[in-house]
Amino acid sequence: MDIQPVILWTDALLALLVSAASAYAWRVGRKEHLKAPWKKVIRSRRGMVSMVILAVFVTIGLLDSLHYRPVLKQVGGPGRVYSVEVLSLLDRLLSPLRLHVEKTYSAPLAAHLFAKETVETPEGRQIRIFPRLVWGGAHLHQPETEKTKDILGRIGIGLVAALLIWGAVGGIFLRVVSWKRREPFLVSAKTLFSGKGEIPWQAAFWTFLALLLVGIPIGVLSQKYHVFGTDKVGQDVLYLALKSIRTGLVIGTLTTLVMLPLAVILGIMAGYYRGWVDDLIQYLYTTLNSIPAVLLIAAAVLLTQVQMEARPEWFDTVTSRADFRLLFLCLILGMTSWTGLCRLLRGETLKLREMEYIQAALSLGVPDRRIIFRHILPNVMHIILIAVVMDFSGLVLAEAVLSYVGVGVDPSMISFGTMINAARLEMAREPMVWWSLASAFGFMFLLVLSANIFSDAVRDAFDPRLKTRSFYILRKKKRPQPAGEGETP
Amino acid sequence: MVNYILRRILYAVPILIGVNILTFALFFVVNTPEDMARAHLGVKRVTPEAILKWKQERGYDLPLFYNGGARGLEKITRTIFFQKSVKLFVFQFGQADDGRDISREIRTRMGPSLAIAVPVFLLGLFCYISLALILAFFRATYLDLWGVVVCVALMSISGLFYIIGGQYLLSKLWNLVPISGFASGPDGLRFLILPVLVGVVGGLGAGTRWYRTIFLEEMDKEYVRTARAKGLTEGRILFRHILKNAMIPILTGAVVVIPSLFLGSLITESFFGIPGLGSYTIDAIQSQDFAIVRAMVFLGSVLYIIGLILTDLSYTLVDPRIRLE
Repeated sequence: MDIQPVILWTDALLALLVSAASAYAWRVGRKEHLKAPWKKVIRSRRGMVSMVILAVFVTIGLLDSLHYRPVLKQVGGPGRVYSVEVLSLLDRLLSPLRLHVEKTYSAPLAAHLFAKETVETPEGRQIRIFPRLVWGGAHLHQPETEKTKDILGRIGIGLVAALLIWGAVGGIFLRVVSWKRREPFLVSAKTLFSGKGEIPWQAAFWTFLALLLVGIPIGVLSQKYHVFGTDKVGQDVLYLALKSIRTGLVIGTLTTLVMLPLAVILGIMAGYYRGWVDDLIQYLYTTLNSIPAVLLIAAAVLLTQVQMEARPEWFDTVTSRADFRLLFLCLILGMTSWTGLCRLLRGETLKLREMEYIQAALSLGVPDRRIIFRHILPNVMHIILIAVVMDFSGLVLAEAVLSYVGVGVDPSMISFGTMINAARLEMAREPMVWWSLASAFGFMFLLVLSANIFSDAVRDAFDPRLKTRSFYILRKKKRPQPAGEGETP
Repeated sequence: MVNYILRRILYAVPILIGVNILTFALFFVVNTPEDMARAHLGVKRVTPEAILKWKQERGYDLPLFYNGGARGLEKITRTIFFQKSVKLFVFQFGQADDGRDISREIRTRMGPSLAIAVPVFLLGLFCYISLALILAFFRATYLDLWGVVVCVALMSISGLFYIIGGQYLLSKLWNLVPISGFASGPDGLRFLILPVLVGVVGGLGAGTRWYRTIFLEEMDKEYVRTARAKGLTEGRILFRHILKNAMIPILTGAVVVIPSLFLGSLITESFFGIPGLGSYTIDAIQSQDFAIVRAMVFLGSVLYIIGLILTDLSYTLVDPRIRLE
């Protein structure tokens, strides 16, 4: 073994989350009544499209969550020495991107640096020119004349490859479908692409094609160019953007993992036991709620920072230090955001408690714990699920803002926030360095947009009447699905 | 009514005490003044004398809860808890790390914060509600459909993008307004245009969609059907009936933030260089000035509680069925 696996805190928790999600999926798959709303999500076109895009993001994020430390070149002597640099599987896959570091800024697809430098000519004269990049377009002899042709050629290869991959994957999928349905291949293909089937597979297929058509050419180009340019220290912006995805996903998901137990236990207890328990819990969340969230987060993060600086011996690598701070940020965000869900659950439990079947269970002498787990929890599950999905996009956006304030993730951790923060300072440059800002915002937009569309689909499927504020739940009302919204592409 | 308000104010006391204890715990127990001094003076080359001096200058050298060395009542009052936390209740915020009086800073900085926050709030409310009414009026048409699509897209854009994009487009490219800065008086108007515009546009997606759902919700009620059956025009129903009945959910969201407008917006103010409370807070966070952060936390929760009380009071104004007892 020439690697040493490293399990960071967030990796472990993400693994826990993935296994919990799989267990949930397995359970849902076996129960028809749990499966019904999910089927509705899959049957909506927007649900399908957003799921495909999110799946890509999640795959990238999970690949980036398998960390290891490579072994250093043997210096002689027994025992192995591992590098202090913690890498992930994604780093390994993207090693050309990661290692192709330039000196400083370069524009997207450029062959020259962005800034002029003084270079000594062979004759000994000093001239100021834009030097060639070490990696970007280094294979060209005459960038001025060859570059456009080379880039177009590579894009062409990428597009062809994308179409081939799409055809192959689609073909295999259709083959399996036709074999399962015992019908000719062409018939399955026709039903699928006509969109007349139950599940809008065609939407998934077109999304997949679009992703391939954009992704593969970028991948091909990125071998020889910096597709989105490089940043101040010459790192490839595409690499940074891809690495940021994991940070966003961790913040969006682990935060809810932290807040869920608190919100669920306290919310149901308040609604179920009422009386002084309810008063106490209500007091607790009103107090927390009344503190402006940013300030509470800022205060807590500042304090952790002070603590971490005082105890450098806790962390063996920079990555583990940054990771600890990320985990703590999730904890703090969770502590400040459980109140909303708690209030929703309290209201719903109060309502459920008066239902006949729970009154019946009570009068039959069923113990409280059993009533809560058997009758109340399953009936508030949809609220919990919707809250989890709806919170995600807000948290991803919040990360960028918090990093700007200086209380976000560790500056050494690659995230959308740190990318924007670094690029913001270059706004005043003339001509402007726009590419890192644009890619950070672009990737974040895609992630948040697909998450938003997905959460809309989930919300509509699980409860078309449910609104995000307790106010509406308490006022029990029937509302058909709002017209128009159901067709959002 | 007066009774009710008094009771609500009394209810607020335990909450404020809770906030106080929480911040005290965060700032003095989890993180001792020792740690704070070290963080400020730098971890390296720090002598015990320097720490002691730092603590003395700021009054952090007292015991936490009980001062055994003092006489009489001073046993309680000459402690960090009394000096730093209890005094917040009478809005004595003490001094910032740079020696300035926090209360005075807050008073002078409130103006610029309000100059941005109030127009953003009012203009935003007006724009979102108008747009939502338009979408609700044209519900289930392509206009509504694409309106919602645009709203979701706008919601998915980072708030930082609006600020950076606005500064780039309006100030740098078109040279319409100054990129940042602030001036009082009518001359300062040109500084306010961009932050206000960015603030309104930033909330456009979420705001419009939120009010649209409220209006659609009202539209399914029976009184609307009755009104239609009576032959009222759709516009009349929308403005005379639905808008009025939707006031309660609108107020729930809107009134609670009014007092917090004083605090301004952290991000907007710091991006546009406005000397308000938001940029004050952000500077305090970045320079780790805990005294200011503590004061702002307390002030923020006071304003939030006032907002809650105002919300309840405003219900009685729009809905005669609600009585405060």
